[in-house]
Amino acid sequence: MKNRIRWNKTTRNNYITYAVVLLAFVVMQILSSGGILSSTLKGMLVPICAYVVMAISLNLTVGVLGELSLGHAGFMSVGAFTGVTAVIALRPYVSSAPVLLIVGMVVGAFFAAVIGFLIGIPVLRLKGDYLAIVTLAFGEIIKGIFNNLYVGLDKTGLHVSLLSDKTDLAEGGKLVISGPMGLGSIPKVATFPVGVLLVIVALIIIFHLVNSRSGRAIMAVRDNRIAAESIGVNVTKYKLMAFTVSAALAGAAGTLFATNYTTLVANKFDFNASILILVFVVLGGLGNMLGSILAATALTILPEALREFSDYRMLVYAIVLILVMLATNNDTFKSFLSRLKPGRKQKKKEVG
Amino acid sequence: MKKLLCLALAATMALGLCACGGDTPSSSGDSEGTKPQGAAFKLGGTGPLTGPAAIYGMAAKNGAQIAVDEINAKGGEVQFELRYEDDVHDAEKAVNAYNTLKDWGMQISLGSVTSKPAEATSAENNADRIFALTPSASSEATINGKDNVFQMCFMDPNQGSASAQYIAEKKLGTKIAVIWKNDDVYSKGVHETFLAKAKELNLEIVSDTTFADGNDTDFSVQLADAQSKGADLVFLPMYYQPAALILAQAKNINYAPKWFGVDGMDGILTMEGFDATLAEGVMLLTPFNADASDEKTQAFVKTYQEKFGEVPNQFAADAYDCVYAYHEALTNAKATPDMDAAALCDLMMKEFTSMTFSGLTGTDVTWDSTGAVSKGPKGMVIENGTYVGLD
Repeated sequence: MKNRIRWNKTTRNNYITYAVVLLAFVVMQILSSGGILSSTLKGMLVPICAYVVMAISLNLTVGVLGELSLGHAGFMSVGAFTGVTAVIALRPYVSSAPVLLIVGMVVGAFFAAVIGFLIGIPVLRLKGDYLAIVTLAFGEIIKGIFNNLYVGLDKTGLHVSLLSDKTDLAEGGKLVISGPMGLGSIPKVATFPVGVLLVIVALIIIFHLVNSRSGRAIMAVRDNRIAAESIGVNVTKYKLMAFTVSAALAGAAGTLFATNYTTLVANKFDFNASILILVFVVLGGLGNMLGSILAATALTILPEALREFSDYRMLVYAIVLILVMLATNNDTFKSFLSRLKPGRKQKKKEVG
Repeated sequence: MKKLLCLALAATMALGLCACGGDTPSSSGDSEGTKPQGAAFKLGGTGPLTGPAAIYGMAAKNGAQIAVDEINAKGGEVQFELRYEDDVHDAEKAVNAYNTLKDWGMQISLGSVTSKPAEATSAENNADRIFALTPSASSEATINGKDNVFQMCFMDPNQGSASAQYIAEKKLGTKIAVIWKNDDVYSKGVHETFLAKAKELNLEIVSDTTFADGNDTDFSVQLADAQSKGADLVFLPMYYQPAALILAQAKNINYAPKWFGVDGMDGILTMEGFDATLAEGVMLLTPFNADASDEKTQAFVKTYQEKFGEVPNQFAADAYDCVYAYHEALTNAKATPDMDAAALCDLMMKEFTSMTFSGLTGTDVTWDSTGAVSKGPKGMVIENGTYVGLD
């Protein structure tokens, strides 16, 4: 009986999350077609979608799997660079921009998943702080690789070289990735509807994973590794599963993000970017996907909304962040919020 | 209770800052001259006003501000309202900053100050049909394929080939060594075209060595390589900070070739803690130097020093020229501030490809239809601690 109620609550929360995303999409589309939406906000719609996917995918690692990862931007980087290469390479053959973008995202997700899997094998044998530090190092390694990678495209196909440009392109060929200068002349194929589609797909994948047998095993590993192992849960397998799915989603988000700008450098996805995404997750609440979505949206818009403070902008941003963290962890504030929520009351009654 | 107090304190702080921040926009245009009389053209630009690259963004903003103040103080048909937004030298933030300016009603644009953000914003400029004249974004990709984006500075590639041309024409060296920074767009761009042009002109490159972020303090390997191969001229396509170290370390090993730099070397003499005698005899190609004796430059340097307390660099001069170039083009086109951005864009594209402009960074400056600028590079040599024009 109790189990059934819990199940219902999870499903309800999941549907609320879908509904919020769809509602936001519809509202934005109406505002946009009505011409009420400012260019600033309009320009941020796609990056917000990308950051939302980054936040919920990291939430899978940090909130559901319970492992602190400080290199999530590295997977975004892998997805961005491989996805954009695919988009540029396939551009002459695919005329529809959304199809091109989706193919790019699939490629980005695939490569990020492969890298995530490979990194996961050694990394996930570590625990706690050690794991955090090693993921940080991997983020830096990925950045270092892309800063020295040269990928050219000509009639005969893709040419790859490291450290210096030895691609030796045929006539009419051009460099897609040119080392420290990163990606240039990326076709701007990213659109808000595809971005929202990615958010929904990511949510479906995560919710279904979490509510499956595997998901329960993952959470068992999080809650008590020894207990989980003693009942026969293969810890490495389930850790790798969560980590790889998280990396794949980050890769798709990376492609979406990259195709919204004409240019991108590897240094964009540094340690700070990883921390920023972690802030979204922590602020939204570990394991709380709706929270991650709202936090990612709010914290992406906030620095732009604070432009009127000019030089003090980032200072105000930091203070607002501290305020929000304090407020969301304040017991008085929390109990005040829970009084507003009808759901909580019912639960209390049941308990009592 | 303690937590509540903490919250209240933080809230007060935030509010206090809001109050401080609130009047910053007005204080940035502190002088009376900035207030345009009547209608004015809304001129917007993005640049790194905070963060590690802020020195370039602030210089461009200040340079443009001086020009706008002068023009508005003089009065006349064409008046400007200038607004710079911070892009932290990041393409994503630059597009956000650009969109903010668009919401503000920007009619003509100063593009972005640094190359990578400029690549992103110039694509937006092109899509929105808002004309852009960037003071200092020198990469080729900034203007490539965009008919309404123009540059005030040399393109990186042009600097390399101009340097090679200059060295070959003046027969400055027979065996040439190049030291460059391989993780820097600017250095790489100049290096590549220098090599291509040198090959074309049969200049002999005997040593080609690199450094990168993190190993940019010890140049003994690079210098030893150049010295052992008997290079009599060393080309340094880089900013002045590493160049200063190279000069000092070369002196320690008694290596005294001719030194040749590009516009990134500008500023080496004013660098803190640098022994100016080391730079004696260094040659560089630069569009602007603050020690030039002409009236215009001296007036600009004086105003800049009075207002911002430092010697203006090339970025400031380029931005200053941008505003004056706009002034001239708008006056010639008889444009009025009530025109929309697209109409102004068409007018400006016509004007800029046909006019000849003279400013701080060059005389008889012209633009071709790709948006690239054509102006003679000034060869400078450092003598007795000051820049002296070559030939």
